Amino acid sequence: MIQFLRNRRNLIIGALLCLVFIAAAIVSFFWTPYDVTTLDIANKLKKPALPYLFGTDHFGRDIFSMIMVGARTSIAVALVAVTIGMVVGVPLGLFAAANRGALFDELIMRGNDLIFAFPALLIAIMITAVFGPGALNAIIAIGIFNIPVFARLTRAAALSLWERDYILSARVAGKSRLRISAEHILPNLLNLLIVQGTIQFSLGVLAEAGLSYVGLGAQPPTPSWGRMLAESQTMFSFAPHLAIFPGLAIVLTVLGLNLFGDGLRDYFDPKLRHNRRSEAAVPLDELALLDSEKGRSIK
Amino acid sequence: MEIIVYPRRYQPVVGVGMVNLGKVNRIRASGGSTMFKKVTAVLLAITALGWVGVAQAARTDIVVGMQLEPPNLDPTAGAAAAIDEVVYANVFEGLTRFGADGSVKSALAESWDISEDGLTYTFKLRSGVTFHDGSAFNASDVKFSLDRSRADNSTNAQKQLFDSIDTIEVADPETLVITLSAPNGALLFNLAWGDAIVMSPDTFDKAKTAPIGTGPFKFSRWVQGDRIELETNPDYWGTAAKLEKVVFKFISEPTAAYASLMAGDVDAFPVYPAPENLAQFEADSRFNVVVGSTEGETILSTNNKQPPFDNKLVRQAVAHAINRQEIIDGAMFGYGTPIGTHFAPHNPVYKDFTANSAYDPEKAKALLKEAGFADGFETTLKLPPPSYARRGGEIIAAQLRAVGIKTQISNLEWAQWLEQVFRGKDYGLTIVSHTEPMDIGIYAKPDYYFQYDNKEFQQLISDLTLETDEAKRAEMLQTAQGIIADDYVNGYLFQLAKTGVANAGIVGLWENSPTQANDMTEVYWSK
Repeated sequence: MIQFLRNRRNLIIGALLCLVFIAAAIVSFFWTPYDVTTLDIANKLKKPALPYLFGTDHFGRDIFSMIMVGARTSIAVALVAVTIGMVVGVPLGLFAAANRGALFDELIMRGNDLIFAFPALLIAIMITAVFGPGALNAIIAIGIFNIPVFARLTRAAALSLWERDYILSARVAGKSRLRISAEHILPNLLNLLIVQGTIQFSLGVLAEAGLSYVGLGAQPPTPSWGRMLAESQTMFSFAPHLAIFPGLAIVLTVLGLNLFGDGLRDYFDPKLRHNRRSEAAVPLDELALLDSEKGRSIK
Repeated sequence: MEIIVYPRRYQPVVGVGMVNLGKVNRIRASGGSTMFKKVTAVLLAITALGWVGVAQAARTDIVVGMQLEPPNLDPTAGAAAAIDEVVYANVFEGLTRFGADGSVKSALAESWDISEDGLTYTFKLRSGVTFHDGSAFNASDVKFSLDRSRADNSTNAQKQLFDSIDTIEVADPETLVITLSAPNGALLFNLAWGDAIVMSPDTFDKAKTAPIGTGPFKFSRWVQGDRIELETNPDYWGTAAKLEKVVFKFISEPTAAYASLMAGDVDAFPVYPAPENLAQFEADSRFNVVVGSTEGETILSTNNKQPPFDNKLVRQAVAHAINRQEIIDGAMFGYGTPIGTHFAPHNPVYKDFTANSAYDPEKAKALLKEAGFADGFETTLKLPPPSYARRGGEIIAAQLRAVGIKTQISNLEWAQWLEQVFRGKDYGLTIVSHTEPMDIGIYAKPDYYFQYDNKEFQQLISDLTLETDEAKRAEMLQTAQGIIADDYVNGYLFQLAKTGVANAGIVGLWENSPTQANDMTEVYWSK
């Protein structure tokens, strides 16, 4: 058991960190220590001490409560954005792989290249600048830059699957390309997509914080970690707790999601599960693809 | 990081350094190993000399921080306060000007006579005045500038200042006669505005990027996005400025403003953007914090034509829902004076109407019910970038929520704000500080962005323009204050404080802000 846990350190630490924030977000729907929309100017800028666990901000709002509700904002934005990326990107990738070399394939992939060519955050800023700031536009913006990530990953992995013998037998059996994609390719890609989804989720949290920081994310009074950081800037020299707690929240969430993603990848890889040390000797095509995709999306 | 050459730091060292070099060379030339001690001694002595030098020579340059960069440098062609904050009184002058206390003083006009009927103003102009390009100044320059500003196709942002002027005539090169169509008690005041400055007909078209005026400072260069440099005008007609060089540095981020003051990159920030840091500067002996008054009435501007704000009861409810002190404490860290109407409290004819719209959420709810909005309503609250608006907006949103009015906050950049709110009138509520002096007249413009249309008020303001008797003017101004307070045109919040931070060695900066200006003519370093 201990050996099992040790082998999955990343997975467990990551899962715990994620759980903490997901739990905070869920609990915040029913209960927070203080109401985050009620201002209490008389109690502004209190240092972290009970009853204000993390202190209060310049409006006298409880920072602990704001972090809880901020988790909700972050998770909601990142979750929906990743879902958009998956729902649009995966079918595009499957379709492109099924029609390899066709005009559709070219169009889809070059379109993806086009979106990829722009730095992700810049696209997001552009979209929110055109359509106005707000959580919804932030979701759309982050979602759009998730599409090519999933489309590429899906296409690359699907292409290697199309060469497999069982796909060949399915084709011989007369199944259409669409059916093969849906019935044989997609299920075999799920592991990969879940792992990538986790990584993209962490990037989504970062992107939401970044957009809120520059004022293009969730608008007040909805608490958001990024905006809490931005508002704390001028007060950092005398009230550092205003910046430290939302900063820690962002760091720990992103760290947790990344560890969880890495852990999942290890867990899903059957070869790694039994033979960790031979990782380098047996390069899996999926694994290699995953790494290259990850590297690209983080850049 | 920008490196700016400070004469205080470099001049004495350079001067002594040259002597130093010669001596050391001579000693070295004479040769010998015992020379080392002598060299050390000489170096020590020189270092000491250098220190004395530093202590004696007061700096003659200043770096002034501003939050916004002016879009251009022609005060007659733009409404941006930042234009005047750079060029007013420094580069450009008008016939009259504002003093630090807000009084109207003579500038290019040495003296004036007003005819019995109040219709003819005869200005005696100063002699020996030249523009910065060397050309001589005379009455025709004034006529040209004023005629240009009041022309039909003029883009002057404050054209109404010249409304009462009928003709402008040049009697001789040093005498100008302005004839009014009706008496105007505020003419000398109006001519003191930055929008009424005098330019030469030869150079006016270049004023946006290379202003040529008559002031004590000459425009030297503009590094876009960074700073504007002025240098002293050796041919100035009046008392020469004590500073030789003035640099206006543009720092929009409050955090960066804080860091640059602390690091000494900026010597003074006449309107420091983050009131939360003032306590720290006050505790630091290197800095002087001066909190003065401005002409900035900070108001919750209300779109009087947009339902439900076209209903006076709703506006009244909003007014009673607002807790001014909470806004001043929460958004401005205590700096600001509550106001109950659109008028500066430091003005002698100000009348306190704050009781008229005292904080009373129960009354606000009752008024909403009476207006037919028992369950409240939803509206937009569009906020420009300054912290009084962004922070004040969040507080007001919470206060309005408490009486059932939901606001959808959107934070806008200035360009978007001007586009959507000021020009587009597409808003329910917004917060902005009106920093022009004596600007109650904007309520007489029905197409102004808050779209207040009251014939009685408009009549009063046009009567006021004609009135020259001071006592009657004061009475009329007070009536005007009362009308807009009773109509709850806007939510009147507080008078913006001028929160200035400056190096403790700087003397002569304006304490208050009677107009949008950073008058550098009397500023000097005491140490």
